[in-house]
Amino acid sequence: MEQEYFHSVTLNTAKCKGCTNCIKHCPTEAIRVRSGKAVIIKERCIDCGVCIRVCPYHAKKAVTDSLDTIENYSYKIALPAPSLYGQFGPNYSRERIVLALKQFGFDYVFEVARAAEIVTNASENYMKSKNIKKPVISSACPAVVRFIQIRFPNLIDNLLKIESPMEVAAALSKQEVHEKFGIPIEKMGVFFISPCAAKVTSIKAPYENIKSNVDVVLSIKDIYLPLLDIMKKQGEITKEPFSLSSAIGVAWASSGGESGAIKEGRRIAVHGIHNVNDILEQVVQRGLDNIDFIEALACPEGCLGGPLTVENPFIAKENLKTEIEKIRKDQAHKVPRTENVDEFVWKSKVEYRPIMKLDDDMMKALEKMQMIDEITEGLYDLDCGACGAPSCRALAEDIVRGIAKETDCIFKLREKVNIIANQLHQIDRS
Amino acid sequence: MSTIVRDYSIPANDFTIAGEASSSVRKLLSQLGVSPDVVKRTSIAMYEAEINAVIHGNGGKAHVEIDESKIYICISDEGPGIADLDLAMQEGYSTAPDSIREMGFGAGMGLSNIKKNSDILYIETEINKGTKVNITVFFSK
Repeated sequence: MEQEYFHSVTLNTAKCKGCTNCIKHCPTEAIRVRSGKAVIIKERCIDCGVCIRVCPYHAKKAVTDSLDTIENYSYKIALPAPSLYGQFGPNYSRERIVLALKQFGFDYVFEVARAAEIVTNASENYMKSKNIKKPVISSACPAVVRFIQIRFPNLIDNLLKIESPMEVAAALSKQEVHEKFGIPIEKMGVFFISPCAAKVTSIKAPYENIKSNVDVVLSIKDIYLPLLDIMKKQGEITKEPFSLSSAIGVAWASSGGESGAIKEGRRIAVHGIHNVNDILEQVVQRGLDNIDFIEALACPEGCLGGPLTVENPFIAKENLKTEIEKIRKDQAHKVPRTENVDEFVWKSKVEYRPIMKLDDDMMKALEKMQMIDEITEGLYDLDCGACGAPSCRALAEDIVRGIAKETDCIFKLREKVNIIANQLHQIDRS
Repeated sequence: MSTIVRDYSIPANDFTIAGEASSSVRKLLSQLGVSPDVVKRTSIAMYEAEINAVIHGNGGKAHVEIDESKIYICISDEGPGIADLDLAMQEGYSTAPDSIREMGFGAGMGLSNIKKNSDILYIETEINKGTKVNITVFFSK
């Protein structure tokens, strides 16, 4: 059942110029330039979206479902990620946005922020349990979970073993709609409105190998303008009985939201995949047992910085802050205490994916590493990327893996050409 | 028989660079397909020894040899040496100054942590000459 290596992040070959921006920034060295075009090594990609952000030609994109998909379902449920609320500015309140989703064609809106509050409750319980490895590392960001799977196998046990707010929202929304209106579950389509590519991958190819409850993923980018158009025509909104989340759930969109919601222990919020790498490195080496919880999000400023968002993350953060302050003033919104949080504990295991391994046979792996050492020695340590690999050592690895050759290095090529030129010169003179 | 050799220098009093050697060794071991558990033990042992060289030894060198059955690490410094090795091996014993402790290091767990995580630990030390911490971790037991 596993759709191995499906990825949301893909390349638009026509736009790719074959430059070195993406290969140099990829945290898992998953991109090479081959014959003038970038190629993503699928088993290494964690869908963090860094390449989408750094590509000056917009040749990297995240595949999501199209807005027309809404026609395929008779009962449509929208799950807006809290980051959606940061996109529109102070004139467009959360109530307006939720109403606009209904006017767009959704029959029901279940805020992912509501599920985030349940995950917060579950996390607090989890943090109190005895047999957990600290620091607990948040598992809400699927890019971070995948990163840990391939780079930090020792930290898999530190992951918070609780479903992500998106999955919890999907499961609960189906339940709620069924109970309220008696709609059969198979008639429902659950649409996640996503700021990020990694969520798309986690729905289409879940790492736990359990089918996601989300049916369709729409990007914030795609739905932004239609929603804005609708809101401009909204006029005064009536007080509809929305079941909206409290400030806690909405705050999850931003860095510090998840860790700030848990009330106990020393918690840190780390964002940006390279910062996440640094902190995980420290956990492996120093243990960091004086930290209880690490919120780790791949995008700068958290989900507000997701590659499928529209607004600048810092402006979006301010927008969200305004909304949060408004909610806090409104006494009607209270955090619901959910008792049966245990049902959201992971039922399957996230496993180590040793994709950096050179060979299954240790002896052969050693030989290969020795060859890599020797080849690297002969290269120029410039890490220029002109060969299409992110560093000289990466090129050496590619050569040993049989997917590149030494003369891909332009300096090596120049050496060879000089030798040949000299030989020709000799023949000429003899 | 293939042996992978690495040499690193450990700069004195620089906590930002400390740990780079053990981090790079961790990557090598993962590439070789060594089990995560062994990688972890090696990584912790080497990091602690590296940090010791930074704090107490005025910096030093790390020499690493990897073959198909084990990794051998030698962290050497030309620092003051360890006066009472048995005492230094005890958990909680530390001669680190307060400034170091304030940074979260120097809890006196270093040597005992190295011992716990290595299969063979052999320490050579001489007052005013320096210290050599020899660590071996086997890949399968």
